[in-house]
Amino acid sequence: MSESEPRSSNDAAKPKSTEIATEQTASIGSAHTGSRASRTIGIAALVAVGLLAAFGLWISPPEVSQADAARLMYVHLPSIATMYLMFFITLVGSIIYLRNGSRFWDLLAGAAAEIGVVFNGLTLFSGAIWGKPTWGAYWTWDPRVTSTTVMFVMYIGYLAVRRLELPPEARSRRAAVLGILSFLNVIVVHYSVKWWRGLHQGQTIGIDTKLDGLMLTSLMIGFVAFALTGAWLLMHRFRIEWLQSQIGEVGLDQALAERRAEAAGYNPSDSVGGLA
Amino acid sequence: MLRDMWLITVKDIRIELASRVVAAQILPFGLLVLILFGMAISPDLAVVGPERRSVLEEIAPGLFWITVLLSSLMALGRSFAVESADGNLDAILMAGMDPAGVFLGKAGAVLAQMIAVEIVLGFGAFVVFGAPIDDPGLLAATVALATCSIALAGTLYASVGAGLRSRDTLVPLLALPVLAPVLLAATMATRDALFTDATVAGWPWAMLLAVFALLYLGVGMIAFGPLMEET
Amino acid sequence: MSNASSSTRDNNSSRSVKVVQLRGAISLINTFPALAGVDLDVSQGEIVLLRGPNGAGKTTLLRLCAGLAPLSGGQGFIGELDLSDRAQRRSVRQDTGLLGHKNSLYDELTVEANLRFWAKANRLDPKSVEPVMDRLALNKRLRSVKVGALSAGQRRRTALAVLVCRRPKLWLLDEPHAGLDPAGRDFVDDLLQHANSFGATVIFASHDIDRAQQVANRTVTVVGGLVKGEGPVENVA
Repeated sequence: MSESEPRSSNDAAKPKSTEIATEQTASIGSAHTGSRASRTIGIAALVAVGLLAAFGLWISPPEVSQADAARLMYVHLPSIATMYLMFFITLVGSIIYLRNGSRFWDLLAGAAAEIGVVFNGLTLFSGAIWGKPTWGAYWTWDPRVTSTTVMFVMYIGYLAVRRLELPPEARSRRAAVLGILSFLNVIVVHYSVKWWRGLHQGQTIGIDTKLDGLMLTSLMIGFVAFALTGAWLLMHRFRIEWLQSQIGEVGLDQALAERRAEAAGYNPSDSVGGLA
Repeated sequence: MLRDMWLITVKDIRIELASRVVAAQILPFGLLVLILFGMAISPDLAVVGPERRSVLEEIAPGLFWITVLLSSLMALGRSFAVESADGNLDAILMAGMDPAGVFLGKAGAVLAQMIAVEIVLGFGAFVVFGAPIDDPGLLAATVALATCSIALAGTLYASVGAGLRSRDTLVPLLALPVLAPVLLAATMATRDALFTDATVAGWPWAMLLAVFALLYLGVGMIAFGPLMEET
Repeated sequence: MSNASSSTRDNNSSRSVKVVQLRGAISLINTFPALAGVDLDVSQGEIVLLRGPNGAGKTTLLRLCAGLAPLSGGQGFIGELDLSDRAQRRSVRQDTGLLGHKNSLYDELTVEANLRFWAKANRLDPKSVEPVMDRLALNKRLRSVKVGALSAGQRRRTALAVLVCRRPKLWLLDEPHAGLDPAGRDFVDDLLQHANSFGATVIFASHDIDRAQQVANRTVTVVGGLVKGEGPVENVA
C-alpha cells in the first residue's frame, strides 16, 4: 500500500489516455496524498511505534505466567481496537452516504474498511502467534477467535462489492448497505459464537494478572501508536480514492468529448442496413 | 405489498413446477453431498458418548445443515437467474411493484422450495446417518425458523449480486459469513432435538433463529428497494 | 394507470404539450457517457423515429425516457415529472411503456400465464388480457405454449402484448421491427398508429428506415450520444 502508486482498485476510474495532462492535474490539485497534517500524524505515529517497541520489548517487565509471550498483547489488543474503530467508521460513513449521497463519506467508508481488514488480519496473526507458546496451538475455538475470523471474511466480501462492475452510484449504494449490515452481523455472530463456546469453558486469550504500572503504560502507548498509524494509513488510502474519483471526473469530460466526436464524421447515408 | 408478494411467490413456484430445477438438480445435489460426507467421514470410525453413537451419527446435524446451506445458495442463485435471464427486473421496476413485496415474494418462494428439499434431505440423512428423533416439535420449529432465516438473509445478499457475472462466486462469499450463526444455532437445536442425551438446550437456540429471521425480515424489506433500483 | 384515450380531444392544443423535454441530458453507463448532452423535445401525439448507427445511444435514450437509465447531468422532464428526482422517476415508469432489447418474459411459463402475471403486476384486471391476445394473434394455439418454445417473432409479439395491456401515455420501443417478418412488421406499424390515434406518443428506434418513415411523422438522428439532426420525414435522405 505505498502512497506513490495509485491503486487500480477501481478500474472504471482509469482515464482513457494513460497520462494526465498538466492542466488536468492542476484542476485536481496536488497529485500527492501527503500533506502537512498527514506528515505530522505520520511522524507522531512513528515516534509512538518506536516508544511502543522500547516499552513493549524492553522496558516493561515480563508477565508472571506467560513470560515474554505476553508482550504480544501490546500489539494484539491495540490491533483489535483499531480494527473496530475502522469498521465503525465504515458503519458511520455508510449511514451518512445513504442519507445524503456524499461522496466523501462513501469513499471514507471504503477506505476505512480496507484498513480495518488489514488490522483484522494483524489481529488474527498476532493472536495465532500468541496462542502457540501459550496453549500450544495456533488456533483455538475461542469465541473471539472464531467471530473475528468470520468478521474478516465478511469485510473481505464488503471489499469485493466495492470492486463490482456497476455504475458507481449503484455500487456505492450496495456497498453502503453492506457496510451497515456487516457491522450488525458482527454483533450477531459475536454473541452466538460466545454463547456456543460458553458451554465449554475453554481457554480465553488474555492474561490473568492485573495490569498496572509499566505494563499499563506500554499498553496505552500501544493503543495510541496503533491509532495514529491507522489514522495515517486511512488518510492516505482515502486520498488515493478521492484522487481516483477526481480522475474519473476529469476522465468524464474527456470521455464526453470523445463521445461527441463520434458525431462529427457521421453521414446518414453511410450506414445502410444498420450494420455499422 | 402483500399482493405483490403473493404474485411473485406464486409465479416463482409455477416456474419451478414447470422447469423442475430445484427438484431435479438441487435436490440430487444435496443428497449427493450427504453421501459424500458419509464417505469422507467413515461410518466405522470410533463410537462416542454414553449412547455409543458412531462419529457420523454424532455429527449428522451439522452435516445436514451444511448441506442445506450449500443447496440454498444454489436455490437463491436460481431465484435471481430467472429474473435476469430476460431483463425481467426492468419490467418489475416499470410495473411499479413494491420492492418489499418483491423481496418477501422471492424469499417466500425460496422458503417453500427449501422446505421441500429439507424434508427429502432429512429423510435421506435419517437413512444414511441413522440418527434417531427425540423431540419432533423442536426439530420442526428449528427447520422452519432456520429455513426462514436462510431464505430472508440469502435473498437480500443474493440481490446484491443480481445480474452480475460474478454472482455465483460473490453471493456465497457474502451470504455464508452472515449465515454462520444460523448454521450454529440450527445445529445446536437439532442436536437437542435428535439426541436424548444432548447436553445443549435446543429451544434457546431456536429462539436465536427466530430473532435472526425477524431481523432480516425487517432489514430485507427496507434495504431491498434501494438495492433493486440501479439509478 | 392513466388511459391515453381520455387525454386528447383537440389535436391542435395537444401539440403544445411536451411529453419529453431534454436539455443537455447526460447519461452514464458505468462511467461511459452513453448520452453526452441530448436536447430533445417531443410533443404529445407525435410518432418519432430514432435513427443512427449502433452504439449511438438510442437504447439509452429510450431507457432514460422510461425512467430506467440515470440522468447524470443536464435536465430531463417527462410531462411534468423530473427525471433527476428518484421518486418522480418511479412515476415516470408507470406512465411510460418500454419494449427493450430483451422481452422480459418467463421462458418457463405459457404466453397466457406471462400476460396474466404482468397484467396483475401492473395492477390491471387480468381479464383485460383476452382482447389483447386476440388482437395480437396469441389467442388460439399459442396461448398455452411456453414462451421458451416460441419463435423470436412470437416472443416479440408477446412482449408487445404486455405493452399494449399497459396502455401507457408514452410508448418507447427499441427496434420493434427486428426479428419480425414483413407481415409482423406491418402489424407493429398498425399497432403504433392505432395507439397514436388514441393520443399516445410514440418514440421508437429502428434500422428499417424506409418502413419506419411511413409510420413516423418526425425523424431524429442520434449519433455519439447526441441528437445530431432532426426533421420531418421528408428532409432525411
